[in-house]
Amino acid sequence: MDTTTGPSGPAVSVRGLVKRYGSGEKQVEAVRGIDLEVARGETFGFLGPNGAGKSTTINILCTLVEPTAGDAEVVGLDVVRDRAAVRRRIGLVFQDPTLDGPMSGEQNLRFHQELYGVDRRRAPGRREEVLRMVGLWERRADEVRTYSGGMRRRLEIARGLLHSPQVLFLDEPTIGLDPQTRGSIWDYVAELHHTEEITVFVTTHYMDEAEHCDRIAIMNEGRIVALDTPDALKAQVGADRVTITTDDDEAALRALRTEFGLEGAVREGVVSIAVPDGAGFVPRLFDRLGVGIRSVTVTRPSLDDVFLAHTGTTIRDAETGPSMHPMAMRMRGR
Amino acid sequence: MTTTLTPESLHIPESSLATEARAAVVVWQREMIRFVKDRSRILSSLAQPLLFLFVLGSGLGSLLNSSAGGSVQFTTFLFPGVMAISVLFTAAFAGISIVWDREFGFLREMLVAPVSTASILVGKALGGASVATLQCLVLLALAGLVGVPYDPLMLLGMIGLIFLMAFMITALGLVLAARVRQVQTAMPLVQLVITPLMFLSGALFPLSGLPTWLTVLTHVNPMTYAVEPLRSLVFDHLDVDAATRARFDPGIVWGTWVVPVGVQILMTIGFCVLLLALAVWRFRRTE
Repeated sequence: MDTTTGPSGPAVSVRGLVKRYGSGEKQVEAVRGIDLEVARGETFGFLGPNGAGKSTTINILCTLVEPTAGDAEVVGLDVVRDRAAVRRRIGLVFQDPTLDGPMSGEQNLRFHQELYGVDRRRAPGRREEVLRMVGLWERRADEVRTYSGGMRRRLEIARGLLHSPQVLFLDEPTIGLDPQTRGSIWDYVAELHHTEEITVFVTTHYMDEAEHCDRIAIMNEGRIVALDTPDALKAQVGADRVTITTDDDEAALRALRTEFGLEGAVREGVVSIAVPDGAGFVPRLFDRLGVGIRSVTVTRPSLDDVFLAHTGTTIRDAETGPSMHPMAMRMRGR
Repeated sequence: MTTTLTPESLHIPESSLATEARAAVVVWQREMIRFVKDRSRILSSLAQPLLFLFVLGSGLGSLLNSSAGGSVQFTTFLFPGVMAISVLFTAAFAGISIVWDREFGFLREMLVAPVSTASILVGKALGGASVATLQCLVLLALAGLVGVPYDPLMLLGMIGLIFLMAFMITALGLVLAARVRQVQTAMPLVQLVITPLMFLSGALFPLSGLPTWLTVLTHVNPMTYAVEPLRSLVFDHLDVDAATRARFDPGIVWGTWVVPVGVQILMTIGFCVLLLALAVWRFRRTE
C-alpha cells in the first residue's frame, strides 16, 4: 500500500465498478462495470447526459455511496474500508449548494476547517489564501445569503481546497450558472494547477467545458464509452464539417457526389459536408462545385460530435430521453 | 507562488477525541451565531411563556386562591412550569431546525466531514440546550414578580436543570427530524409531539388526584421527570407549610414509592443519552 499512497500512484483507480439500486423488477443499474485510472495532477473530466451514472460514480469515489461490486481507490485508499482516511484527503464541491446562508463567507470556511481539524495556527492564513484566489476576500465578512450564484460556487470551491486535499471532486460545478460565470469557474480550476498540486475530477454535461480537461471519459447509460484526451477523441471522429449556403442546394448535392464522391446533407437551407481536412477542401470546392456559393464555414469536430459518434445520439436528445424513460433508453441502447 | 502551502504542510490529522470535540464545538458555535443574529426570534419566543405566566396564571390563580386560599400564589406554582414550556418549544425547534439544514444543503457539508455523526448531533444538541437556557434567563429575571426569591444557589441549580431538560428536548427534536424531508411537515410534527408532552408533564397543574389513565400517561412522559426537580427546587426555597406543598408540589409517586429528585435527575440524564443515541442511529440510516 505504501507504494500506491506515495506521490507516484494514481490519484483515482477504479476496477469493475457496479452500482445497482433497488431490487427485482424495479432494479436500476446506474453504473455497469467501469474501469478507469486518473494520474496525479491531472484534470479529469467526466462527461455525459443526466442519468448517465456520473454522479453515482463520483459519490462512490467520495465515499458517500457504497458500490455494489468492484473496487475504487482514491490516492491508494479503498473508498469503503478507509472511508474516513479518504474523506480527509479529498475536497468536495457538490451539484447542490451546501453553504450556510446566515453565516459569513469566512465563518463558513472556519466551520469547515474546524470540522476537518485543520491546524489552528495555519487556519487563518489558509482562509485568506483561498478567499483571495477566488476573489472573495473583500466580501468575506458578508453573509453568504447576499452572495450571487457564481460567488457561492466560488466560495464552495475555496472551501473544498481549505484542507489542502489531494483530489478535488467537482460535481457539475457550473450547473445553473450563466456562461460568463461558468468561464470564470473554469479559470479558477485551471489556476489550481499552478498554485496547488492537486488532481481535479470534474463532472459536467456541458460539452464545451470538457475542453478544459487533460483527459475526459464519456459516460452513457452506466458505461464509459470513450476515454482519451479531448484532441485524440476529436481525431477519432475524424471529419471536419464544412457548411455552405448555395444558389441551388440540389445541384450542389449532385455536384458533390459526382465531383468529389461525397454525400452532403441539407438542413435548414445549409449544405454540410464531412471531410478530413476542411481548410484544404474549401479552395477545391470553389474550383469544381459549379454552383454559386454564398457563404462557407469550416468547423473542427466538437465533443458533441464525439458523443454522437459513440452513442448514436446527441447529448441533448440523451438528456430529454433517458431521465424520463429509463426503460426506453435501455431498449434503444441495445 | 512561494506562499502556497503544500498538502503535506496542512496535513489533516487522523480521527481522535480532540478532532471529534472540535467538530462538536464548532457546530455549537454555529447555533450561537444564529441565535445572536436572530433577535426577533428571541423576542417572539418569549411572548408565549409570558402569556402563560401572567394571563393564564393570573386568571386561573384568582379562581383557585379565592376558593382554596393557601400561602402560595398560583403564578408561583406556575413559574417553573412556564420555564419548562419555554424550553419545550425553543429546544424542540432547535432540534427540528436540522430539517432546514438539510433543505439548504448544509447538513451535507456536516455529514461528509471526517467526523462521526454523533459529534455533529452532540454539537447540535448542546447548541439547542444553550439557546433554550439563554431564553430562560430572561424569564428567571422575573422570579421576584411571582414571589420566587432571588437565591443565587437556587438560580444556579435551576439553570443547570433547565439546561439538562433543554438538551433532552433538543435530542428529541433531532430524533423527530431524522426522517423529515420537508420543512412544511416539520412544524406540525413538533406541535403534535410537544403539546401532549407539555400538558402531561405537570408544568401547568399538579400531578395529584388525577384519574389513573392520566397518571399513567404523566408517568411515561420523560418531561415529567425534568419538570418536577425544577419545581421541587423552587419550593425548597419558599416559606410554605407541608400541606400547601403537598397540594402544589406532590412529587412523583410510583404506586407507593415517592421517586426521589436525585433519581428523577438521573432519569433525565438517561433520557438525554437515549434520545441522542436514537437520533444518531436514525441519521446514520437515512443520510
